[in-house]
Amino acid sequence: MKDRSVDPAFLRGVTQRRLSRRDMLRISGLSAATMAFAAACGVKGQGTPAVTAAPDFWADKTKHGTLNFANWPLYMDTDNKPELTKFTQETGITVNYQEVIEDDPSWFAKVQPQLAAHQSIGYDLQVITNGWEFTQFKQLGYLAPLDHTKLTNFTANADPVYTQSSYDPGNVFSVPWASGMTGIAYDPDKTGRPITKLADLWDPAFKGKVGMMSDAQEIANFGLLKLGIDPKSSTPADWQRAADELQRQKDLGVVRKYYDQGYADALSNGEIWVTMAWSGDILQLNISNGTNLQFVVPEEGGTLWTDNMTIPVTADNPVDAMMLLDFFYRPDIAASLAEYIGYVTPVPGAKALIQKDADDADNADDRDYFETLVDSPLVFPDEATLAKLYRYVEFATSDLHQQFTAVFEPITLT
Amino acid sequence: MATLRAKLAPYALVLPAGLWLLLFFVVPMVAMLSLSLQQGDLLEGYQQTWHWRTYTDAISTYDKQIIRSLEYGLITTVAQVVLAFPIGYYIAFKAGRNKSTYLFILLLPFFVSFVLRTISWQFILTDDGMVLSRLKHWGLVAENFHILGTPTAVVFGLTYNYLPFMVLPIYVALERIDPRLMEAARDLYANPVQVFGRVVFPLALPGVFAGVLMTFVPASADYVNSTVLGSSSTTMIGNVVQFQYLSSQNYPTASALSFALMAILLVGIFVYARILGTEDVMTVAAR
Amino acid sequence: MTDVAPRTTLSTLDPDDVPTPEPQARRHRRATGRRAERALFVYTWLVIAWLCTPIAVMIMFGFNNTQGRYNTVWNGFTLKWYGRLFDIPALSDAIINSLILAVLDMLIAGALGTMLGLALGKYRFRGQGVTNLVMFATISSPELVMGASLLSFFVTLGVGLGMVTILIAHVMFSISFVAVIVRSRVITLDPNLEEAARDLGANPFTTFWLVTFPMIFPAVLSGGLLAFALSIDDFVITQFNSGTTITFPLWIWGATRLGLPPQVNVMGTLIFAVGLVIAVANAVVARRRARR
Repeated sequence: MKDRSVDPAFLRGVTQRRLSRRDMLRISGLSAATMAFAAACGVKGQGTPAVTAAPDFWADKTKHGTLNFANWPLYMDTDNKPELTKFTQETGITVNYQEVIEDDPSWFAKVQPQLAAHQSIGYDLQVITNGWEFTQFKQLGYLAPLDHTKLTNFTANADPVYTQSSYDPGNVFSVPWASGMTGIAYDPDKTGRPITKLADLWDPAFKGKVGMMSDAQEIANFGLLKLGIDPKSSTPADWQRAADELQRQKDLGVVRKYYDQGYADALSNGEIWVTMAWSGDILQLNISNGTNLQFVVPEEGGTLWTDNMTIPVTADNPVDAMMLLDFFYRPDIAASLAEYIGYVTPVPGAKALIQKDADDADNADDRDYFETLVDSPLVFPDEATLAKLYRYVEFATSDLHQQFTAVFEPITLT
Repeated sequence: MATLRAKLAPYALVLPAGLWLLLFFVVPMVAMLSLSLQQGDLLEGYQQTWHWRTYTDAISTYDKQIIRSLEYGLITTVAQVVLAFPIGYYIAFKAGRNKSTYLFILLLPFFVSFVLRTISWQFILTDDGMVLSRLKHWGLVAENFHILGTPTAVVFGLTYNYLPFMVLPIYVALERIDPRLMEAARDLYANPVQVFGRVVFPLALPGVFAGVLMTFVPASADYVNSTVLGSSSTTMIGNVVQFQYLSSQNYPTASALSFALMAILLVGIFVYARILGTEDVMTVAAR
Repeated sequence: MTDVAPRTTLSTLDPDDVPTPEPQARRHRRATGRRAERALFVYTWLVIAWLCTPIAVMIMFGFNNTQGRYNTVWNGFTLKWYGRLFDIPALSDAIINSLILAVLDMLIAGALGTMLGLALGKYRFRGQGVTNLVMFATISSPELVMGASLLSFFVTLGVGLGMVTILIAHVMFSISFVAVIVRSRVITLDPNLEEAARDLGANPFTTFWLVTFPMIFPAVLSGGLLAFALSIDDFVITQFNSGTTITFPLWIWGATRLGLPPQVNVMGTLIFAVGLVIAVANAVVARRRARR
């Protein structure tokens, strides 16, 4: 029995309509103003700006002596930075190296407002994967055309296949940093058996112990390849089928989490046993942690991607960026980088240098390591491996891309 | 002349702050509403088309996350009322001279960054970390037991991070109760349960409501706890909004979800302000 | 409407009419009362311990003599990280950004909020209700929505994101807190003092500087410090409006993938310690002032 009854006057006050005519006028005025304002709002389209011809862009740029480099994690020996140190010694340019790129969509979303406002993003060099975001960077005019007069090392040493890429023919805006493969990594001690197929990622025996990537382009490829569909020729109907398959995997309860970068950690500390992974990460992990993780390109197929160095159009120090860009195409520098990161180098000449390091090695461990690198199809892919590798899905229009993300996003977000 | 200046004085004082709030709080809300009704993409630009379907599409696609967020918010709030009430009671009635010291100690952990605190918990609760490795070693839990990645972990984090917002209002309300009322009840042969149930708790209700408001709203909209301590099965609407803005750049959907969430919560806030007044919350903020 | 609610009062019972309970019942009740009190005491301290656990862990691992990249396993006590605090340039930049923003926020929001609080506390004016409502909304709105709306706004305007937009956001949500604190102090001021100053011929400016401001200064300082704390700690709203600029919380968020270096623990500990010292000093000064 509640003794606290509400004062009737209070109740009346709360529930009665108290709008006077003045209040109505005020509210309608405010609403009208709000609607007018809302109607007037619109985000300006960027359009496809005309590409500044390279000579015009570089005409007034000079060397400044400093450089800000944005890259992905596990793409350089950050403890010693041997290549950057050598670069600074030879050119006097100090490099500020930041591993700030986690995945392409979030990086693009981060820098797009600043680039649209013609502001510097604080970086002169950024590494972007060949995917939808690269296309957008290009189309929206956010990338500076490279100064090919400065690309002497590239012209001399790069693998010719990279000069005719579908996403940037002629290397107008980019040169590759490294290529890599998305495949499956696993801990053989935990799984008890070798993993060879994409279907193993769906295996209920690994319930709660499977890691998948959160990037829509990555999981879409795995879904499509598991169903035997070539991503290049896939249609929206195919995407839906792949999404359903991925949803089935999720409903089985096998997936522990959708990672953007943290799968390597999770695999090494036992949180997961099997995961989608990038080839070089596992190599580096085994070196630094002494683990015995395995990486395979699945039977049904894996993904081959290329990460590219690009210069944002609002860069503060583009000339210095150009110099570093070309510096990494010197065979000795390319070899040094490939030896640490374990990814596919765009400089074929590096192979011979790594072999030389293997021959000159003073202890067995080092020699084994270098030999493994030279022989590994993950670092110097052979025809057989390349046959199993596919590129990301490409989109002719923005609408198709929106359709694509709408199909795959709910899987990682739900 | 002097009276004119006196009359204008308050307006002059309010103007700078008022302008700032108008320009950077009210107007952006309208901009967000406007953006949610637009269509387009980055290349062509977004045009205002009054596309109300964005709302229905967004809410139906992410209805699970919305419900989940409200669920977690509710559980968190209830857990916090239960946790916070005894503390508020103790400090208000039994702490005597040490009241402010207790309040101080209670608020002490919140001098450390929110992100750092949550990440600290992730470190403590990790599968083979300090807590779980001991428990597994003693055989108290299964080998593959894990706390991180479960809804429990997320609610745990939410309860932890927003606890002071519940303790303070309850304390303020309890402190205002005249202890002679309780004494009178006891003298009338009321046992302690009755004293609590019929005197203390009803009088503390305004504080509880203030605490609920200041806890439920931010907890439902949180995404940090879900990202750090949870997994993809604990995705909250905050995660979706953050993802749509800062990854997909799907501005219309993102704005629609954000605006819808705000509308749901604002309805609650305004109803609250109407019935219970803004004083309680403002007083607590002042502390 | 005053801020200090009146104490709930007794009904009209005459004390002599109320019978007193038996002595034994009273003793029993006192015993259970004490047991209950002790239980509450233990409970309160358990909760306090729980609240402090992550802080303690954070502080402890700032002294960890870790060798590798990861600061996860205890490896012995060391003070070396306190000396190598600025070893990571990006982290140092981030903390400097955070400090700059916090100081600017303290000054700007402090000024604007004080003026607002003053007006709300001293005067009655048209639009007071709306102002109150907007302030209430900024205090109780979820950060997610405030951050998202600001981003929508900046995107619509086409202005880039960076320190300026972050500062705008921080000041926006700090103003209301400062205003509320100042207002609650202004309300308790004795209007006679200002009137006396005016009677003695002081113009409004002098009155404010020499009479009002010193009296509200503790509140202004409190509000400013709160704005500082809110700014240095803010994550959600900052993440939405920072673009590529990195603040301390944002740096931590980005670094969790690769493991947090001990420097983060050290910086967290230092910020915590500074906050602690200031709060204690504030309390001590307030107590001394009250005693006077």
